[in-house]
Amino acid sequence: MENLNKDFTLVGSKGSDSTEKIAKPALSFFQDAWRRFKKNKIALVAMWIIAITLVFSVISAFVVPQSKANYFNPNKSQVYGNLPPKLSGDLPFWNGDFKAPGSAEKTDVYKAQGVPEKDKYVFGTDKYGRSLAKRTVVGLRISLIIALAAALIDLVIGVTYGIISGWMGGKVDMVMQRIIEIIQSVPNLVVVTMLALLLGQGISSIIIAIGLFAWTGMARQVRNMVLSYKERDFVLASKTLGQSTWKIAVKHLLPNVSGVIVVQIMFDIPSMIMYEAVLSAINLGVKPPTSSLGTLINDGIASLQFYPFQLIIPAIVLSVLSLTFIFFGDGLRDAFDPRASED
Amino acid sequence: MTEPKKVVEIKNLDLTFNKGKKGANKAINNVSLDIYEGETFGLVGESGSGKTTIGRAILKLYDNFITGGEILFEGKDVRNLKGSELREYRSEAQMIFQDPQASLNGRMRVKDIVAEGLDANGLVKTKAERDARVLELLRLVGLNDDHLTRYPHEFSGGQRQRIGIARALAVKPKFVVADEPISALDVSIQAQVVNLMRDIQAKENLTYLFIAHDLSMVKYISDRIGVMHWGKILEVGTSEQVYNHPIHPYTKSLLSSIPSPDPISERQRTPIVYDPTAELDGQEREMREITPGHFVFSTEAEAEVYKKNATL
Repeated sequence: MENLNKDFTLVGSKGSDSTEKIAKPALSFFQDAWRRFKKNKIALVAMWIIAITLVFSVISAFVVPQSKANYFNPNKSQVYGNLPPKLSGDLPFWNGDFKAPGSAEKTDVYKAQGVPEKDKYVFGTDKYGRSLAKRTVVGLRISLIIALAAALIDLVIGVTYGIISGWMGGKVDMVMQRIIEIIQSVPNLVVVTMLALLLGQGISSIIIAIGLFAWTGMARQVRNMVLSYKERDFVLASKTLGQSTWKIAVKHLLPNVSGVIVVQIMFDIPSMIMYEAVLSAINLGVKPPTSSLGTLINDGIASLQFYPFQLIIPAIVLSVLSLTFIFFGDGLRDAFDPRASED
Repeated sequence: MTEPKKVVEIKNLDLTFNKGKKGANKAINNVSLDIYEGETFGLVGESGSGKTTIGRAILKLYDNFITGGEILFEGKDVRNLKGSELREYRSEAQMIFQDPQASLNGRMRVKDIVAEGLDANGLVKTKAERDARVLELLRLVGLNDDHLTRYPHEFSGGQRQRIGIARALAVKPKFVVADEPISALDVSIQAQVVNLMRDIQAKENLTYLFIAHDLSMVKYISDRIGVMHWGKILEVGTSEQVYNHPIHPYTKSLLSSIPSPDPISERQRTPIVYDPTAELDGQEREMREITPGHFVFSTEAEAEVYKKNATL
């Protein structure tokens, strides 16, 4: 009751400075992106897997050179060939026990083939007696090199082409898009075969072959985004401020298209790894005895019914790698968009 | 009395989108108008009547679509500006956009948005000078140091619009096209932004082309008003003349549709329906001065009638 006698006071109005205050601390673009990225746990795990894979691949180049993975003793392939995975005799799965083709019971293949006690193969061996673990490590490395190099071509050609096409518009855009359609309509296996003839089989011809075709998807995506962004008010504002076309592309278009670019790259990388696998599987890929994930899978298919581990191991590596790239790309897209944050 | 200096002169401007194609659209049809130094010229009209198009044409955003006539800025045709003259023009004429959300790049910090014109025109030499100028501009529009490193999505609509105003003012323009700067804002913020614009106008001696469809706001801020319909300007006069002594039937119809806050007069208000077929009878029309400074788009015969009935 005593409150009634008090004078009326105005609350909540302390001048504009207090109302204009933003309490959230100011962050730089990358701090902010990282804060958003951390919220996506799957993407965070994917990022670590990719980072570890990359570091592992780089280090493995010194520990497991290609020649080591390719070497086998032709006189001993009866002893070392087609061994199942073995880490230690005490483990339930990794003990070297395997139901050999034709027999009804599991036997210790290592003992049966007379492998010395000290020799163990974590991922088993192929029919020549080469360690699958070593070959997978080398294969992973080569697949990654191909994918990343092709992604770089994808990025450079695709983004530039897309921005030019979208920005110019009109007749230029029309011609550039028709060129893309022509490139897409050429059966690329034919071109890959030609390139293999011209440059010889090998990593570089695969990179060029994939790079020549893969950028069209990127160019289309970027062009679509640029078409919509170039009509936005902030681009018009930039024009009236006298900003040069080049600066508009770099400062306004690229940052806004970056989400699409990142996602497209992250989806392209697994498809490039797959494409390399397909090419290797039809003998247009890397030259044997060099291993890539594709050649390993191809070799594994032949013995799927007898020695399934020879296919399963590289297939799992390939799938996990592809998935992590997709999840990582998804996380990056959200992280690069300040508007995506909910708070 | 000396004739005030003309900042912008538009002479018989024609502008067609998609010329020669299926969707050809003559957005501006034989428009002439003058904007004098230091004044606010209000442009009103219904949606799609070409208000924004005129504003953007002045700023050279639609150069490719202009099919006839010319736009003079301080006596020079803006379409022929090149090199240093063009750079100078870019810092003399600026624009405030309608949608504060769309007109700011969400990937840039406020500091960089406001400084864009400074960077593009090389108006600042050092980083310290740049920061100082940006801060000065933000304070001018009522924002503070806190806001320098923020992204546009962290601001309210009114704050965003003020960032847009700061960006336009950064290059110290003489002439600003305000393209419906307040239509995306709520009423209390509208007053805030309009008053801010008037304060700055008084401080920096700016000339505004104020585009809006809110008639009462246009009357409040404008010295002279042009009424547009279907890509043509139908009536130009001081805001007093246009509001209190409208001549053209379209203006009368437009004014009759303003709701009034008084329930008694509001109940008696009958909107005058405008019959646009009169515009389509194919007769040669041009801007004729009915009373001093008050022009109406009419034939000679119509002008005589208007003159006879004109009240002062």
